[in-house]
Amino acid sequence: MKAMGATQEEYYRGVRMVPYDLVKELVLALAGVGVIALVASVILSSPDVAPVTIAAWSQSDPVDFVTTATGELAGSTTSAGYGNPYNTDGSGQAWGPIAPQKWFGTRIPIDSAGTFVIQPLQRASTGNPDLGSALDTWQKASSDQQGKWTDAYAKALAKATAKDGKVVVEDGDYGSLPVMMSNLLAVAQAGGLDGLLQINGRFYQTDYTPALLFMGDGGYLSAQAEQWNLLGNQWGMMNETGRFPGQTWLWLYTMWYQVFPFNNETGFLGLNSSNADLGIIILMTLLTVALAVVPFIPVLRDIPRWVPIHRLIWRDYYAPKRRSA
Amino acid sequence: MDSPTTYFHWGFIVISLPNVLVIAGMIVLFAIALVAPFPRGGEGHDGRR
Amino acid sequence: MDAAKPPVAVDEPDSWTLRVRQAIEKNLPMDNFLPHRQPFYVGSWVYVFGVITIAALVWVVVSGVVLAFMGPQWWHDSGVGRFFNSLHFWSVQLFFIFMVLHLWGQYFMAGWRNGRAATWAIGVVIFGVSILTAFTGYLSQQNFDSQFIAVNAKDAMNAGGVGAFFNVLNFGQMYGLHIMLLPIGVTILVVWHIVMVRARGVVKPIDPEGGIRS
Repeated sequence: MKAMGATQEEYYRGVRMVPYDLVKELVLALAGVGVIALVASVILSSPDVAPVTIAAWSQSDPVDFVTTATGELAGSTTSAGYGNPYNTDGSGQAWGPIAPQKWFGTRIPIDSAGTFVIQPLQRASTGNPDLGSALDTWQKASSDQQGKWTDAYAKALAKATAKDGKVVVEDGDYGSLPVMMSNLLAVAQAGGLDGLLQINGRFYQTDYTPALLFMGDGGYLSAQAEQWNLLGNQWGMMNETGRFPGQTWLWLYTMWYQVFPFNNETGFLGLNSSNADLGIIILMTLLTVALAVVPFIPVLRDIPRWVPIHRLIWRDYYAPKRRSA
Repeated sequence: MDSPTTYFHWGFIVISLPNVLVIAGMIVLFAIALVAPFPRGGEGHDGRR
Repeated sequence: MDAAKPPVAVDEPDSWTLRVRQAIEKNLPMDNFLPHRQPFYVGSWVYVFGVITIAALVWVVVSGVVLAFMGPQWWHDSGVGRFFNSLHFWSVQLFFIFMVLHLWGQYFMAGWRNGRAATWAIGVVIFGVSILTAFTGYLSQQNFDSQFIAVNAKDAMNAGGVGAFFNVLNFGQMYGLHIMLLPIGVTILVVWHIVMVRARGVVKPIDPEGGIRS
C-alpha cells in the first residue's frame, strides 16, 4: 500500500493551508442535526397506522374473506400457485434461463389449503360435531368432487352479499363448504384465526409468514394500501402513510415499475409486468455497480469537468489570488 | 398527520407533497451550499508549512 | 543489571504488532487523522454534507438504542416511545437527505480523482447497505406499513432467489438484522470511509494543468 502519509505531504506541497477545526465542526453538526430532528419530532411526530388483522378483514369484508379461503382450497390464490420458496405449484418469475426463484428449492413450505383453512378448522372442530363431520366429508371426498364444490361456491360468492357479518349465497350444491366457511369466518371474526395462523401450535413465535401470506391473498390489505398510495403502480415504494415523507431514495427503483416494458403485459425482449421484479432487480444491480465504478466510466466521469458546479465550489482557487502584501 | 396527503400527477410521475418538499428542499439546500459564503478562519494568512 | 536497552535498529524479530503499528504510522499518522488545518480551497458549505451525514447517523443510532432497549412494542403504546420513534424516523430522513447531498457534491467535484476511487466505491456501498438497513427498519415497525411492505417486497426477494434466506415476512429475522447486524455493517463501512478520506486528504480542485485523472 502506498505510503499515504508521505504522499499527503507531497500532494499538498505548495498548497496554502488554513486553520480548520474538524472536531468543532463535528460537535456543531451533532448539535445542529439534533435540533432539527428534535423540532421535527415534536411538531410532526411519526407515522403509525395500526396493522390490519384477519379479524378486521373478516368483519369488514366477509365476502372477500370467504372468497379467499375458498380460493385457498381450490388452489387458485396467489400463494397457492406461487412457486418457490413456498411450493412447487408455480414456476415463479424468470427471464429466459435466469430464474433464481427456482434455484433454491421449497425452503419455506406452505400448503395453502392446509395451513390457512383445514388446520385451523380442525382445531376449531373441538367440541363442534357439525364442523367435525363437515371436515370429514371434505377430507373423504375425491379431489374431483372437491373441485366441483369450490368451483360452484366461488361462482356463487362472486354474487354473494354480506348480512349481519355473515355471507349469503344463493342455493346450490357446495358440499360441506358452507359449514366449513361459516365456521372459519366465525373464528376469524372473533380474532382466533390471527392467533392460530401466527402461533400454529407453538407458543413463542416471531415469524408472521402464514398470516401475512393469507392476508396478501385477499383484497382487503391492498384496498387499504391503495388509499395510502402504497401500491406498486402508484410509485408505492416511495410513499408513506399519512402526511410523512416516504423513502425518496427509492425513486429510481420504483420508477421502473411505472414504465415500459415493466408496466406492460407484452413488454420487450422477454421483460414484462409478470417478471418485472426480477428484471428490475437485475437492472438496479447493474446500475448500482455502475455507480460504484463511475471513476472508470468515460463520459460519466467527465461530466463533472464539463459542468461548472465545481467552479462555484472552488471559486477561491480559480479566482485571481489575493495575497497580503 | 395520519390522514391522507396530496399527490401530484405530472405525466407518468405520481409524487406526494411531503416527498416533493424533501426533494425540492434538497435542491435548494445544495444550491445555497454552492453560493453561500464560507467562514474563513485563516483569511489573509499566507502561511505555508 | 537489566538496564533499558535502546531499541534495536535492524534485525528485529518478525513482529506482526510492529508491522501493524508501522503501517498505521505510515498510512494514517495522527497529523493526517486529526489535522487542524486544511487546504485553503476547502472553503465551501458543500464540504459540510459529509460530516452532517455522520451527525445524522449518530442520532439514528442513539434513538435506535433507546427503542431497542425498550423493545419493539413500546413506541406504539407510549407517548415517550412515540417521541423516540419520531427522533429515529426524522434522523433517518436527514441521514439520507445529507448523504445524497454529499454524493451530489462529491460527484460534481469528481472526488474519486488522485487515487480516491476506492473511497468513492465504499461510499456507494454505504449507500446500498444503508438502504438495506432502512428497509429492515421499515419491516420492523409492526404496523400497517410494515405489513404491506413485507407482502409486496417478498415478491422481489423471491424473484431474486433470496426470499428464503431473507424472509421479509419473518419479523424476528428482520428485527435482528436491523438492530444488530446491519448497523454494525454500516458503522464499519463508515469508519473505513472516513479513514480513507483522512489517509489521502481532500482531493485537489479540478485543474486542466494537472490533477483531473484518477
